Amino acid sequence: MALDDQSKPYFKFVGTRPKRPDGIDKVTGRAKFGADSYAAGMLHGAIVRSPHAHARIKSIDTSEAEALKGVKAVVTRADFSKDIKFTSGKDSEHWNVLENVMADEKVLYDGHALAAIAATSALIARDAVKLVKVEYEILSHVTDVDEAMAIGAPVIRKGASDKSVPSGLHENVVSYYESGHGDVETGFTEADLIIEESFKTEATHQGYIEPHACLASLGSDGKGELWCTTQGHFSFQKVCAALLGLETSQLRVTASEIGGGFGGKTTVFIEPVALALSRKTNRPVKIVMSRSEVFRATGPTASTSMDIKIGMKKDGTITAGQGTFRLQGGAFPGAPGGMTAMCAFAPYALKNVHQIGYSVMSNRPKQAAYRAPGSPMAAFAVESVIDALCKKLDLDPIEVRLKNASRKGTKASYGPTFEEIGLVECLETAKSHSHYKAPLKKGQGRGISCGFWFNFGGETAVSLALSEDGTVQISVGTPDIGGSRASIALMAAEELGIPYDHIRCTVADTATLGYNEISHGSRVTYATGLATIKAARDAINKLCKRAAEKWGIPEEAVKWEDGHAVPSGPNAGDFEPLSLKNISEKMGKTGGPIVGHFEANPEGAGVSFATHIVDAEVDPETGKTQILRYTVIQDAGKAIHPSYVEGQFQGGAAQGIGWALNEEYIYGSDGRLQNAGFLDYRIPLASDLPMIDTVIVEVPNPGHPYGVRGVGETSICPPLAAIANAVSQAAGVRLTELPMSPPSILAALKAE
Amino acid sequence: MVQVNLWAGLRRFTDGHDVIEVEAKNISDILKGVSKAYPALKEIIDGGVSVSVDGRIISSGVTEPVNQDSEIFLLQQLKGG
Amino acid sequence: MSNIHVNTTVNGDEIGFLCDPRETLLDCLRDKLSLTGAKEGCGTGDCGACSVKLSGRLVCSCLVLGAEAEGQEIETIEGMSRDENLHPLQEKFIEYAALQCGICTPGILVATKALLEKNPDPTETEVRYWLAGNLCRCTGYDKIIRAILDTAADMREAS
Repeated sequence: MALDDQSKPYFKFVGTRPKRPDGIDKVTGRAKFGADSYAAGMLHGAIVRSPHAHARIKSIDTSEAEALKGVKAVVTRADFSKDIKFTSGKDSEHWNVLENVMADEKVLYDGHALAAIAATSALIARDAVKLVKVEYEILSHVTDVDEAMAIGAPVIRKGASDKSVPSGLHENVVSYYESGHGDVETGFTEADLIIEESFKTEATHQGYIEPHACLASLGSDGKGELWCTTQGHFSFQKVCAALLGLETSQLRVTASEIGGGFGGKTTVFIEPVALALSRKTNRPVKIVMSRSEVFRATGPTASTSMDIKIGMKKDGTITAGQGTFRLQGGAFPGAPGGMTAMCAFAPYALKNVHQIGYSVMSNRPKQAAYRAPGSPMAAFAVESVIDALCKKLDLDPIEVRLKNASRKGTKASYGPTFEEIGLVECLETAKSHSHYKAPLKKGQGRGISCGFWFNFGGETAVSLALSEDGTVQISVGTPDIGGSRASIALMAAEELGIPYDHIRCTVADTATLGYNEISHGSRVTYATGLATIKAARDAINKLCKRAAEKWGIPEEAVKWEDGHAVPSGPNAGDFEPLSLKNISEKMGKTGGPIVGHFEANPEGAGVSFATHIVDAEVDPETGKTQILRYTVIQDAGKAIHPSYVEGQFQGGAAQGIGWALNEEYIYGSDGRLQNAGFLDYRIPLASDLPMIDTVIVEVPNPGHPYGVRGVGETSICPPLAAIANAVSQAAGVRLTELPMSPPSILAALKAE
Repeated sequence: MVQVNLWAGLRRFTDGHDVIEVEAKNISDILKGVSKAYPALKEIIDGGVSVSVDGRIISSGVTEPVNQDSEIFLLQQLKGG
Repeated sequence: MSNIHVNTTVNGDEIGFLCDPRETLLDCLRDKLSLTGAKEGCGTGDCGACSVKLSGRLVCSCLVLGAEAEGQEIETIEGMSRDENLHPLQEKFIEYAALQCGICTPGILVATKALLEKNPDPTETEVRYWLAGNLCRCTGYDKIIRAILDTAADMREAS
């Protein structure tokens, strides 16, 4: 789509920090999240899950459970669509989702669902789960990515690989990606120093505080209602309909307020199960996951194993970069091996670069997207090696990054030529920031890292309706996961020229708007924002037409200025300007309702970069790392509501700190998850963190009318490496595996 | 003719070529042209790809126009969190 | 198992409910009394999203049985502002953008109100350790801590 007018000289509303429209609901407990909905006659669902990492289901005996007073129905795989068959590649998308939602012949990980129960209370449903007798034939399992690729590893599923995988690789390798340019071998011969290192990162969970929850109602006529916490209710509508054999339009899905997602609420788990139980009982069914179910059966990122080789000249020029990225994605295809490889070297203008990505299956829960999927791990490996090169060559880490930084016109490591990007601006800001110049004490270290993410556009529909009193209601189809209703209303205010408070932005249900892609890929402020601007301009055209008709002049002779229709010039005639309210209060008699629309795929998301600076201190007695100071510098293109942009920067950094220092999935040799709770899976607490300073860099994205770039994901890309680099300086040892938990730091110190 | 750059992993299917020339006015033409020239690529393209046009990554639409001298790269399909 | 009849006071109102002996206070507040402001984030007392005050003591309501509420006074987020005016903490949280998704917000507000009643002039470190039992995954705590310190200063000035 052509984006004509980025020349807006100044903004009246954009860039201000008004109160969010849902603020009072959120601070009074009134906001309704996934588990906060109740229906008359409602039943409660609970799910039977496998305790084994890999087993064949020989039989499921539900008779005792069904005999329990209060139990109304049991569902298994037989209660879902029979039309969904296993094939290889993309055609199997629905099969893979269904197989994860409800196992068929085999359970593939600890926590895999295999049956579900609806009962008159949550307690009875949970009691009934314990009465289901399942006979298993235990199979050998594998949970480590390198072991899953090795000869002799148990095959998770034959025929799951797509065509990209070269012959000779283990069947658990389901996708293969390779790209690059130049000749890395030649590049390495030009280097004064080459460092080659291997890295591993454990899986982490998105760790949203709200567990998955839904309330479903479905009749035998195939008409249904679903209320759920989700990043994308339109996608849930489509997938649930397919899994249950319904017509999509007969299932209306409403998104609740969402208590965090970070990528983890982009896919269905319990929603199709609640619908199946409701269909079987003819009553509404509510399912709420427990925290341990969330850890065992949803979410985590891929775990990784990576090899990096980088060559550098004495002056800091990188002569070649090569990376191999192996991503473990659980018992299903989809680990972002390709994207990890594509992001790895993106911050740098390299003559010679080569990267390979593998997606690998294992007996773990299906990996889900988590903020810039793949990129943080790649940055951890690449930026650690760059730091090690800088140390050995005695070069300043920011100068080296500036010397090699990608900029407009650089051929990206993944192929295309960059448009306007803001990495150099981020690095320059970091270099001159007081944090970078502040003195360090003995035992403290400072780390730097860059990060990169693509961002995303996607299908978007927005409707903007005028009311007779001159106020405006906007319907969007992207759940608000971090204050987006405020930024949407700001952009509409900017276009329409009416106060922010006169606009109400609502996340509409699936019956109200056309299809909207999930709130993912940092797309909402970009794509829904662009759609809102376009819908506002559509409404403005209609307003101008009404004014033209009233004045008896051609439409082209009317323009919109500061909230008013005005004659476009002296030749158009002399008329009193008409405000939005002047026109809308008469709209019922002058042609009917005025509604602006936009339905399309905004395709210009614009990639984004960040640079983080972190100071850390390592206690040599305990191996504990304390983050002392943290600064996030990131290109937002244009910050619509700076407070929520800062919030995204700070949140991504905090999650990265957890990933770097504490968070990990711990599997026993039996393939069972050993830390399925917040006590043992430790996300950062208020007492773990310092204030997180932010600097918003604004290099406008040419693909958005105001220059917006998504900001939600890039902020989690640099922290893992930045902290590893700080720890390396503070402790004098470089850790190549995450998390850098106290025991692993102690072990590294001991080995020195 | 439009030059389409492939990622290196696809060279196995194109007799080692990583640039293919196709007749194309938009992305749809590109994807069809590539599949026609090298039928082995059809499954991968149907499985989902993104296309970058002069540095701008088009993630879903196939109606985006391209010029004869546009820089075109096939990319892995993107998905975010 | 037969249900237990519990008489209690919630946000100043005398209320009775019937509960299963195994049901938590959190279950009862949410499912019996329709007070869904307290959230279940973990059910094990680790996340603090269900924080309420039980006869003056800050507790995780997921770790208290409904039956234990007999004769006690419970304060929840729903009772934090009892007229059209918000509590200063609530105001300041909105002003500072101290929430993103908002799921942890009720618990953090209840916990913080309890802190400021005990200690009207807490240091940043004291606030951070007091809130160590309240997980927030969105914000990195920065804006939360700033909002609290600023509210405390305002409240001291006003009193």
